[in-house]
Amino acid sequence: MIAALLALADEGPKIPDFGRGSDCVRENGQFCVDWVVKNFGDQLLPRLIEHIELTLIAVGIGFTIAFTAAVVAHRYRWVKTPFTAFSAFVYTIPSIALFQLLVPVTGLSWTSAEIALVGYTLLILFRNTLTGLQEVPDDAIEAAQGMGFTRQQILTRVELPLALPAIMAGVRIATVTTISLATIAAYIGAGGIGQPIFDGIQRGFRTQFVTAGVLAVALALAADGLLVLAQRALAPWMRARQATS
Amino acid sequence: MNTFVDALGFLRDNPALIWEKVVQHLQLAGAAIGVALVIAIPIGVILGHQHRGSFLAINAANIGRALPSLALISIGLGFLGVGFVNVMVAMVILAVPPLMTNAYVAVDQVDADAVEAARGMGMRPVQVLTKVELPLALPLIFAGIRTAVVYVIATGTLAAIAGGGGLGDIIFNQPSYHLSGVIAGSMVIATLAFTAEGIFAVLQRALTPRGIRGREPEVDAFIEPPVADVTRAETARV
Repeated sequence: MIAALLALADEGPKIPDFGRGSDCVRENGQFCVDWVVKNFGDQLLPRLIEHIELTLIAVGIGFTIAFTAAVVAHRYRWVKTPFTAFSAFVYTIPSIALFQLLVPVTGLSWTSAEIALVGYTLLILFRNTLTGLQEVPDDAIEAAQGMGFTRQQILTRVELPLALPAIMAGVRIATVTTISLATIAAYIGAGGIGQPIFDGIQRGFRTQFVTAGVLAVALALAADGLLVLAQRALAPWMRARQATS
Repeated sequence: MNTFVDALGFLRDNPALIWEKVVQHLQLAGAAIGVALVIAIPIGVILGHQHRGSFLAINAANIGRALPSLALISIGLGFLGVGFVNVMVAMVILAVPPLMTNAYVAVDQVDADAVEAARGMGMRPVQVLTKVELPLALPLIFAGIRTAVVYVIATGTLAAIAGGGGLGDIIFNQPSYHLSGVIAGSMVIATLAFTAEGIFAVLQRALTPRGIRGREPEVDAFIEPPVADVTRAETARV
């Protein structure tokens, strides 16, 4: 019995300020580096990975829906207005309210969070894709028609490649927006890096919410930077054009 | 559907509470925008006038858009503590980038011929700035203000978790105010954001010099700088 208790105690404190932490943690100092070092692996890193998953899935699903809708709306103009109206309406609902609204339907869960996050990506991705497609120069399309391209070929070989910069700009904005909103999703138990933020604030443990906040900022900036690089790699002609102008 | 009826009922039954929170919310947003304007506009205008620092000025908006608002508030909470000041600082950080980028782009992209003509007429640099560049840049500067105002009103909801008051006090407190209160609070925020957007759109139009009215196309997508008016948002999202 005693041996078992000792073994349990040896595992180290799971609650950082439960009696055994360092002086800094017990006194809730300005910033306790030792707590961060000790708990990064089991308290912060898994939340960060969850956050990346939440974001990737939301942007992935949102992109599939919005991209399809934009391609359809490009061919059938009447689709544009209802889809824009719907996604703009979703976009105006404060996120914390939308999350809570979904709780009675899909529960305090990951699903509720994803539904809301996908909803917020739609307007950005739809508009950018459609604008990109519509701003393809008529000359390019006429040239393709003259070369005997079918409508399908014009879409995949001319319009979509030329719309790529606008589409990528949309993906970039949607991604950073989702990272930001996903921190709030922790409020309804969706996990992610917002969880240690809310947790830390609730317990008043400064080091925890400051560190988690810094990690969220770092993640957002890293994602933004990566997407800029992807943008350049996918549309190298844009850089050439900017350099000459 | 019933929930929405309840939300309207909540608005009808608690006018004093709603009013108190709206006032707090607007005070916070107003203070943040005020401070952000004082910081961002001079920097943006001066950099634009000198056509310098484009990297900084243009990327500011991108970085500002990427910053998660909850994270900023939580970091601020660690260093500034609970209350109005912490939340205001976080909101200033969020409002400065769109203001600065728009001010920069606005002044930087003023027709070079107009500036040259002004110089040819013997205007000093300060006169060129105040009599030519600023009037022509005003519409776009106002577009930035519009974006920042809407953004700050939406983000103000999060103030509640750091003791900053505002409508977030209702939205974050479902145990006390129930789902009807949460929805009612959100409707009020969305209304505030749309109203602010409308007021600033009208101001923007009124301040546009007659000569360039109707010349600027509405940007219909979230495209990045240097396409002007980028960060335009019709959002009430947090």
